[in-house]
Amino acid sequence: MSKGTPISPSLMASKPSAAKAADSVDTVDSASAVLGPNRVVEPTEMTGSEAIVRSLEELGVDDVFGLPGGAILPTYDPLMASKINHVLVRHEQGAGHAAQGYAMVTGRVGVCIATSGPGATNLVTAIADAHMDSVPLVAITGQVASSVIGTDAFQEADIVGITMPITKHSFLVTRAEDIPRTLAEAFHLASTGRPGPVLVDVTKDAQQGKMTFSWPPKIDLPGYRPVTRGHSKQVREAAKLIAASSKPVLYVGGGVVKADASAELLALAEVTGAPVVTTLTARGAFPDSHPQHVGMPGMHGSVSAVTALQQADLLITLGARFDDRVTGVLSSFAPTAKVIHADIDPAEISKNRTADVPIVGSVKEIIPELTEAIRALQEKEGGPDLDAWWTFLSRLRDDYPLGWTEPEDGLLAPQRIIKRIGELTGPEGVYVAGVGQHQMWAAQFIDYERPRAWLNSAGLGTMGYSVPAAMGAKVGNPDRVVWAIDGDGCFQMTNQELATCTLNKIPIKVAVINNSSLGMVRQWQTLFYDGRYSNTDLHTGAETVRVPDFVKLGEAYGCASFRVEREDEIDEVIAKALEINDRPVVIDFVVSPNAMVWPMVPSGVSNDLIQVARNSTPVWEEED
Amino acid sequence: MARHTLSVLVEDKPGVLTRVAGLFARRAFNIHSLAVGPTEVEGISRITVVVDAEGDLLEQVTKQLNKLINVIKIVELLPENSVRRDHILVKVRADAATRIQVTQAVELFRASIVDVSTDAVVVEATGTTEKLEALLTVLEPFGVREIVQSGTLAIGRGSRSMSDRALRAS
Repeated sequence: MSKGTPISPSLMASKPSAAKAADSVDTVDSASAVLGPNRVVEPTEMTGSEAIVRSLEELGVDDVFGLPGGAILPTYDPLMASKINHVLVRHEQGAGHAAQGYAMVTGRVGVCIATSGPGATNLVTAIADAHMDSVPLVAITGQVASSVIGTDAFQEADIVGITMPITKHSFLVTRAEDIPRTLAEAFHLASTGRPGPVLVDVTKDAQQGKMTFSWPPKIDLPGYRPVTRGHSKQVREAAKLIAASSKPVLYVGGGVVKADASAELLALAEVTGAPVVTTLTARGAFPDSHPQHVGMPGMHGSVSAVTALQQADLLITLGARFDDRVTGVLSSFAPTAKVIHADIDPAEISKNRTADVPIVGSVKEIIPELTEAIRALQEKEGGPDLDAWWTFLSRLRDDYPLGWTEPEDGLLAPQRIIKRIGELTGPEGVYVAGVGQHQMWAAQFIDYERPRAWLNSAGLGTMGYSVPAAMGAKVGNPDRVVWAIDGDGCFQMTNQELATCTLNKIPIKVAVINNSSLGMVRQWQTLFYDGRYSNTDLHTGAETVRVPDFVKLGEAYGCASFRVEREDEIDEVIAKALEINDRPVVIDFVVSPNAMVWPMVPSGVSNDLIQVARNSTPVWEEED
Repeated sequence: MARHTLSVLVEDKPGVLTRVAGLFARRAFNIHSLAVGPTEVEGISRITVVVDAEGDLLEQVTKQLNKLINVIKIVELLPENSVRRDHILVKVRADAATRIQVTQAVELFRASIVDVSTDAVVVEATGTTEKLEALLTVLEPFGVREIVQSGTLAIGRGSRSMSDRALRAS
């Protein structure tokens, strides 16, 4: 080789440096990848802002979330005449999270629009959130006129620069004629490969400029060629490892949901007979009711799921990324396991844990191939014998089920409320959590039977995600019951979107799990800071001044509002909420501040030290 | 920590250098040297970046770089099969008494003097990092007043071009 060594060609996305493997690697043809109804539009004169709206229409966009301002004003004018439904939010962060919620339930690209400067910076949290959780999102922002960029003009912020580390890509558009191509590229980037947020910043003069619109535009992304089909040799290697394994685990991440590969996963699971764990972003990717499901892994995972990973001899990792909340101390994570790692993003492979068999590609394509390869091996060599493994895991599942103890202060147990919401609503509902204790309980105590039923801010851990994301989810899935399961802390960050919900007839249901405190922080203060509750008391709960009073707050926003303080009211009020569909519902569930999330792997220790309750670690082996 | 030379083909678009440099910064890599310029293909620039990194980490950053939409291709150029050159301009004190000695040193290194004034000369030299370091050591005693240096440029030996396959594929 005369010109140097390409780095790990077998693992690379098919940037052309991996062209060597072209015979076995399929790539997306970026030239034909414009989304939408595929209509041809003959050249038509229009302004840049009309081109933005028209491009969105041609890309198949039905709903967008946003809030106008000076630099995006030109675009809001043609938007008024468009069939696109624009939901006017009360804060741009709400637009961002709503677009995320919309994208998560529909699998389509979520779109949010904001003006320059503060409008754009208010989107930053949602963009970062979408980046961490791989949510297909296109954020369109107005920018000051190109002639004054860099002069500290009114409401100027370098949003392309600000969002560079938290977007999949970003564009600054300064010419009207570049708008259709740029938007088509943005949608293509957001929705293909590993999905993610793309920002399109359009200067005011580009919006006002004249241009000739035609459709479809030609996408020009020479550096972007995501691999979707796994390398078949790697798939065969993986099948061999699986056939030889006596303690395998299917470690399933959010990538399986993003790839819509749940059916494929079910087939693989049943062929392998292996236990399945679903991470926080993958809840519902595999049915909770399936006998092979052993729970959610991680810091607040079930004993059976955490232990399955710890004691496995093989991790079949599908669209997961060995996040620190799953692995605990990395060096002690699954110490005896070999690792198969299938992911569409080559940069995830061997990032945290070295993969023995890396497979770059979409799990949608890899899983069926893997299933076939295993079937073929089993026909020759017979099925796996996992009896001892299942005996061990079943005992853990039986001995350490998820549960809770009743609070000693006589207040309600938050876990029961969340469990009842799930049971009374059923698996067809959509559950959107904020971040903290209530999020973990919602992940633990609601049974998820289908993908896209569970939404939360997993990677970034954004308090305030719930209400706006639920709003977006309800717009995307108007026929489903959508619950925002929120905390009293989170709720106070974004509840202004209840106005948006009421006025736009987006009847979400908000369960405020009100423990009058920043509960997860308080739990850590209880456990690790000698019960010194520094700045975690919010005064919203039982026997406090109740500022704000969530029932009054809900009523002020036009929501049907209830307070639940007694156990016998729980079912009754949930049932009432389920019958109200003409306006949002807010329920203030007043719960004990002393309830804690268990099990828990304390930060900085091995997953082997999982605690099922305070200072109580499971017994691993039968003493016999 | 080993030193690595990466050649990165990128689309010549605004912000590309920021994106590339930002990635190194985010993973706390120190960029030892950086050279950017147009290539034989219109619209394609080439970045030569020299970094100190352990192999695993370098691979991780290379993968991250590859994820940048404007990055077309990355190749690590190994010393044994590439040619690498640095370019340097040095302002050295040289009056009537020392000018002859400075000139001799410059000639020994096949460098050249590109500017002369009464008490200083500007030396221009091209070569490997090691050669230029040696030149500077020799010039040091005369009094080095100013140094400006390019990033390392590197190109693979042989007839093949880095952009061949990259652009055929696109």
